[in-house]
Amino acid sequence: MTRGIAGAAAYLPHRRLDRATIAAIAGGGGGKGTRTVAGYDEDTTTMGVEAARDALRSARGVVPDLLWFSTVNPAYADKTNATAIHAALRLGREVGAFDANGSVRSGVGALLAAMTGQGTHLVVSADLRSGLAGGPDEAAFGDGAAALVVADADDGPLLADAIGGGRATEEFLDRWRTPGEARSRVWEERFGETRYVPLGLAAWSEALTSAGLVAEQVDRIAIAGPHGRAVAALAKQLGFGDRHVGADLAGSVGNLGAAQPAALLTAALESAPPGQVLALVVLADGADVVLLRVTDAITAWAPRRTVAAQAAAGAPIDYGTYLRWRGLLPVEPPRRPEPARPSASASGRSTEWKFGFVGSAGEDGEVHLPPQPGDGVDVPMADAAGTIATFTVDRLAYSPSPPVVFAVVDFDGGGRLPVELTDVDIANVAIGARVELTFRKLFTADGIHNYFWKARLL
Amino acid sequence: MGSHGIKDRVAIVGMGCTRFAEHWDKGLDDLLVDATEEAFGSAGVTKDDVDAYWLGTAQGGMSGMVLAKPLQLEGKPVTRVENMCATGSEALRQAAYAVASGAYDLAMAVGVEKVKDSGYQGLNAFPVPSDGTQRTLTAAAMFSMVAPAYAARYGVPMDELKAVLARIASKNHFNGARNPRAQFRREMSVEQILAMPEVAGCLSVFDCAGVADGAAAAVVCRAEDAHRYTDSPLYVKALSFVAGNGSGLTDPAYDYTTFPEIVACAQDAYAQAGITDPRAELAMAEVHDCFTPTELVLMEDLGFCERGTAWKEIQAGAFDLAGDLPVNPDGGLKSFGHPVGASGLRMMFEAWLQLRREAPAERQITTVADRHLALTHNLGGYPGEMVSFVSILGTERQG
Repeated sequence: MTRGIAGAAAYLPHRRLDRATIAAIAGGGGGKGTRTVAGYDEDTTTMGVEAARDALRSARGVVPDLLWFSTVNPAYADKTNATAIHAALRLGREVGAFDANGSVRSGVGALLAAMTGQGTHLVVSADLRSGLAGGPDEAAFGDGAAALVVADADDGPLLADAIGGGRATEEFLDRWRTPGEARSRVWEERFGETRYVPLGLAAWSEALTSAGLVAEQVDRIAIAGPHGRAVAALAKQLGFGDRHVGADLAGSVGNLGAAQPAALLTAALESAPPGQVLALVVLADGADVVLLRVTDAITAWAPRRTVAAQAAAGAPIDYGTYLRWRGLLPVEPPRRPEPARPSASASGRSTEWKFGFVGSAGEDGEVHLPPQPGDGVDVPMADAAGTIATFTVDRLAYSPSPPVVFAVVDFDGGGRLPVELTDVDIANVAIGARVELTFRKLFTADGIHNYFWKARLL
Repeated sequence: MGSHGIKDRVAIVGMGCTRFAEHWDKGLDDLLVDATEEAFGSAGVTKDDVDAYWLGTAQGGMSGMVLAKPLQLEGKPVTRVENMCATGSEALRQAAYAVASGAYDLAMAVGVEKVKDSGYQGLNAFPVPSDGTQRTLTAAAMFSMVAPAYAARYGVPMDELKAVLARIASKNHFNGARNPRAQFRREMSVEQILAMPEVAGCLSVFDCAGVADGAAAAVVCRAEDAHRYTDSPLYVKALSFVAGNGSGLTDPAYDYTTFPEIVACAQDAYAQAGITDPRAELAMAEVHDCFTPTELVLMEDLGFCERGTAWKEIQAGAFDLAGDLPVNPDGGLKSFGHPVGASGLRMMFEAWLQLRREAPAERQITTVADRHLALTHNLGGYPGEMVSFVSILGTERQG
């Protein structure tokens, strides 16, 4: 049975940090171009939800049996993060949801587990990548997420068939981070390079053999990995020079950590013609190679938001706000009482509303948000667009990043909800403006992340 | 079935009201003692003469013991009530109904709030455990949405509407400057108010009620007994209450230019009191000016003027101290601040002073020369989901 990729999507957050603005404040660092910055109300779980929503949309009719979630930077330890994604996607109770977290390699690991497994897997990876102020990681990293739907050809049309792979694992110290620390530490770069390049060559050769191909038959390559020099060196040795997918994203997006492999593969698929042979190479504590052949189904695929379009969009964020959002610049909190932690049992009773944005309708068909007791019909509204009926800016309310911009939104198909806006510049908000919903973290209290939906301008 | 009211069956025979202020040196108990002592003295009774008590406090404590302890009441029924920002009015409503029912001869309604012990500016609600999806906007921001909606519906340029809102604040500060019990006693010009920075929508802090500690109390008895206690009682003409069902938040037809709960509440009150033309029949009104756009819309919802005309009437001075229908002659929430449980009774205290011509000369309204009714209006909540209270009080008893 042929197995491969049935759906793919990446999510890049709205804000962009201009690396040239870093040195003036940090005293050094920065560089050219921009990097993506997650909103103060985003974490790896919420970004994962956004990518997964689009990936499932792109794989119409394919229902996952398993959900994998990978990140270096999980919102929770002990508690599984994949279950919040599972809830936001409204997957069935019988669908498994598991984290494969903690290392950059976990992202490609989950993908390989899905590729070699059975059934339909939704493989979600997300990262929120930080380094200390003025360091090279701060500038080179980015925030974002990507999700791939891995399925058998029987489950639905595959965008690309898996045709081979190879791997090489080795224990050595190149990059490491103590859990909870804001920074990674790295060994002298040259050492890692001498490990990664041979590992990459070995895995590459194994992959070609398994697919019955020679190197010249590989049309396009995406190389992911936190070691920039090793990635460039391997690309060169494989004969691709700087013509590998993702080389151009480094300047505008940055390296997405555990989400980098799936994001690059998504970007490659979004511009691939049928028949193209694609290679995904990941250099992280070893080397992993996946070879894919793009199918005819790719021509009917219309991604909702391509990586290229998202990379070109966005709005700037100043370096001070970036540091504030990351907790790297401790600032005076608002002089308001902090919000109370959400109740686990109350949240448990309203999972469909809180995570799934499911309203209700009564006999008259009117949609109620939140659902109204006595209404008989569930109405999923997370994918509905809406129109701003009126709005306000609240400079008094508690917010992790004041002011709160808030709108009364009338949704297409019925229903009204007064809801917070996000990713918004106040000057762009107007009565009549169109919005869509996005899964966010309202605040964190007592270590509990209060997930719910906000609206953002379309 | 029907809302019949208790017109002329109950009278207020004594009242007390503390100064509303940041009472750093007074606790809840002190405020309760001060307000009740003044009310007892006003009615010429002692705490033992009062048969039952209703205590309104939103966050001052649980149960009637919050009042029974500082007053050292012996064997008295004391009920603590809460109905958001209409809590003080609710206490009076319960006490009045208890007396009207014949259950008690003499009852007291007390309202109190000690807001300034929280350590934060503004009013802060008790967090009820929830799923965390509730809106967390401030009341100021919720009410700020009324201004652009009103401007759009009636074609009022936003600059002009802001001047109207500033005029409401300026008018209430003018009145409050003439009231020794008010928290803020400085006149503020329209120009000064317009120059303030926006904090919520187009509202500045001068569009918002202040925050203060305070207490107020009223003694009520059956109307036929009123002259045992005072020569000039205030008769209860109407007590009306509506608790909204929150549909305004979810109904796309709601446009933020009116508060339907208040329209319904006012209609019921006018029917109870037999009022057909409130603008002409009322000598004054105390309304819940929590934010300036609230007072704007209230003028229409309470039937003081036609829809879409309040902004012009305000500019023309219709609701000024010397206007056609003085609104908030005591300075309103704007000048007093809003100790939640006390505000409803504070409004009645102004009716008590004005209708009985006991207000200081510089604040005494002249409409009482030929009118003898006052309205108090108290609300809690936000546009789209609110509770509303309306009372009509008068000096003349019919029948």
